[in-house]
Amino acid sequence: MTRYVLRRLALLLVSLALATVVLFVLLRMLPGDPANALTAVGATDEQIAAARASIGSDRPLPEQFVHWTGQLVRGDFGTSFVSSLPVGPEIATRLQVTLPLTLAAFLLAVAVAVPAGFVAAHKRHTWYGALLSGVSQLGNAIPVFWLGMILVAVLAVNARWFPSGGFPPDGWADPTEAVRALTLPVITVALVMSASLIRYVRSATLDVLGSDYLRTARALGASFGSAMWRHGLRNASVPVISVLGIELASTLLGAVVVESVFALPGLGSQLTTGISQHDYPVIQGVLFVSTLAVLLIGFAADIVQRVVDPRLRTGLAGGIR
Amino acid sequence: MSSTTRTRRHVLPAVTAAALVLALTACGGDPVGGSGGSTGAYDPNATVTIGSLYEPQNLDNTAGGGQGVTEALHGNVYEGLFRLTDTGKTEPLLAASHKVSPDGLTYTFTLRDGVTFHSGKKLTSADVKHSLERVIAPDSQSARKKNLSVIKTVTAPDPKTLTVTLSQKSISFVYNLSYVWIVNAEAGDLRAAADGTGPFELGNWTRGSSLGLDRFTGYWGAKAASKKIVLRYFKDASALNNALLSKGVDLVTSQQSPDALDRFKKDPAYKVTEGASTTKLLLAFNDKAEPFTDVRVRRAVAAAIDDKKLLESVWGGHGKLIGSMVPPTDPWYEDLTGTDPYDPALAKRLLTEAGHPDGFGFTLQTPSYDPHPTAATFIASQLAAVGIKVKIEPITPDQWYTKVYKNKDFDATLQEHVNDRDLVWYGNPDFYWGYDNPQVTKWVEEAERSSTPAEQTELLKRVNRTTAREAASEWLYLYPQIVVADSRISGYPLNGLNSQFHAYGIKKNR
Repeated sequence: MTRYVLRRLALLLVSLALATVVLFVLLRMLPGDPANALTAVGATDEQIAAARASIGSDRPLPEQFVHWTGQLVRGDFGTSFVSSLPVGPEIATRLQVTLPLTLAAFLLAVAVAVPAGFVAAHKRHTWYGALLSGVSQLGNAIPVFWLGMILVAVLAVNARWFPSGGFPPDGWADPTEAVRALTLPVITVALVMSASLIRYVRSATLDVLGSDYLRTARALGASFGSAMWRHGLRNASVPVISVLGIELASTLLGAVVVESVFALPGLGSQLTTGISQHDYPVIQGVLFVSTLAVLLIGFAADIVQRVVDPRLRTGLAGGIR
Repeated sequence: MSSTTRTRRHVLPAVTAAALVLALTACGGDPVGGSGGSTGAYDPNATVTIGSLYEPQNLDNTAGGGQGVTEALHGNVYEGLFRLTDTGKTEPLLAASHKVSPDGLTYTFTLRDGVTFHSGKKLTSADVKHSLERVIAPDSQSARKKNLSVIKTVTAPDPKTLTVTLSQKSISFVYNLSYVWIVNAEAGDLRAAADGTGPFELGNWTRGSSLGLDRFTGYWGAKAASKKIVLRYFKDASALNNALLSKGVDLVTSQQSPDALDRFKKDPAYKVTEGASTTKLLLAFNDKAEPFTDVRVRRAVAAAIDDKKLLESVWGGHGKLIGSMVPPTDPWYEDLTGTDPYDPALAKRLLTEAGHPDGFGFTLQTPSYDPHPTAATFIASQLAAVGIKVKIEPITPDQWYTKVYKNKDFDATLQEHVNDRDLVWYGNPDFYWGYDNPQVTKWVEEAERSSTPAEQTELLKRVNRTTAREAASEWLYLYPQIVVADSRISGYPLNGLNSQFHAYGIKKNR
């Protein structure tokens, strides 16, 4: 297991290194020049050249890359071209919105989807089992931004229970306000996420319910509950864990949509602003952090799967050991 | 919708708002307007939250801060020697008085007494000298840099006196000074910090979210009416309206979503005011490219488009028709809508005279954000009726800047021009639209060197009539400037000329 963790860690570092190269190169392939954003209309060629020199975008690409990665290794994300503020602290501030939003939505979604998915499978012949399946199908068809807008219209604009958007200027200094600001976004993301999770949990449970080992366990005298607990749950959780990892990662990256609906100053809105301004240090910084987060989530999901499923550890199921 | 608005808010200010400006004179003035009387019992310790779509890119108006930095800081955190009031007049602010030499080339300013910066330092003429110099410095991105390049020397003979000599007469000099922030000469980089003399100090600035203004207790003049102003930034108009509806903000500086207006108008909890704007939507021809070199073709296009119907479809009953580049708040305004009638028969006649009896085709560079795509579709259908085929080509602000503005590689384009007194750009044959009439160029130059405002006004009226008659561009309409506020709020500016939004008079009733 230790060996596996080390090998998996090495893979993570290699992926991260490759990702930094790819995102650096792709970014430079975008049309447009950051110097345009920095100079006034009617700027002379000399002024544009000076602007390029001041931000270093006139240097050869390999040199810029080495400079950037050198900074990264020291934990320095560089300085925004546009605002002159350091990028690292701004990412940290933005993460205080995006991370709680993503994690809370994720936990809420799991808390809803796991029991609901189990019931939908186990009681699939009852009316409420069928209803759960139907609702989750419907939920999959609902776009996040639409649900967000509906919640704003009903719970913020009409009922005034929650703010329609925004985040307190002082951040978490006032925890009540911060929680209130994140409530609707969390519900929005969690509902949409749980709709797809219910389907996965349901189908994983169905596989287990129809399995030979569960029938055998029952034949040997285990109650349904204990057979399910000892054998079923573990087996069902293996595929669900990979899906959870993917869902968590895509929620983090997809937060931009819900951040836009709720006017939240999160990582996603920082990225879109950075892109529209050709602010390379900001774009690179945000993409690096989100790439790292996604890789870490994948890493954690793999480790958890191994812990849960001994077959993966002993090599009975193949894959890297 | 949200992505288009975003594009506009973040890139375009660097392109149009900050820079499509060339200013001329100023008249003397009376105090700043307001939104009518407050009813008395207001709360001096109130926090007023203002919702805006224009977040500053940084806090320095000489470093590309954009339209948002003017809205947030101009007149609030920073003050100039002069102030442009909400009614478009120029009045002394940090200058107690000034004298002009008989040849019009030397200005001597005496500074107001007892003014201190937020950092506690006393204002001296050395700060003013520094402030002027940073606007005309080589790396300055100030929209006024070109106008103020007439400055030859700046000297500070004593702490209260400043002398400026000009290389040529400039009747707009004092008006242009109203755009120059007086900053503490020792403050250093102002892109993420501030030190001005205004009624508010800079509070918290959280990028992507909000900017706070705190009442400056050491202010030399009347103290700000409210203790704290928080500007909250939104990326799309509907999120902003939701915040207003759910009481998340008290006021919206510039309503951009006409559909939502009815709801606010019907509700007594809100006040809707429509002021004078200076933002014009233009169909700008490339006057140097065939067939728009021919005045008859340009007039034909103008006559074939029903501006009134367009304004109606984009803004409902709001906004105003203009027959030229000059909005009513400019001193040389005349109603010239009569020179641009909607008359398809006239358009056909003009086209035939110009040798295009069956019409022609052109490509319309259309910025990808509202209202340009709507306007482009409307224009295309109207022009089709007289045989002109329009190919609509969507374009991002960045592409617009490079392709249209810099390389002038276009037939025609849609663009919003936000500033006041920007008629004078028709005197510059190198400007992107390529209008080149030597007589107009001469008038514009003479106007700037006039001795009296009356002389200047007369010359610019001639420019206005000539450009209108020759359909230098097709001026589609003037945007409305709509402020929506909670009805407990009073004392806010109605017009917000040139993106200013003076917040010091804003009061919130208990």
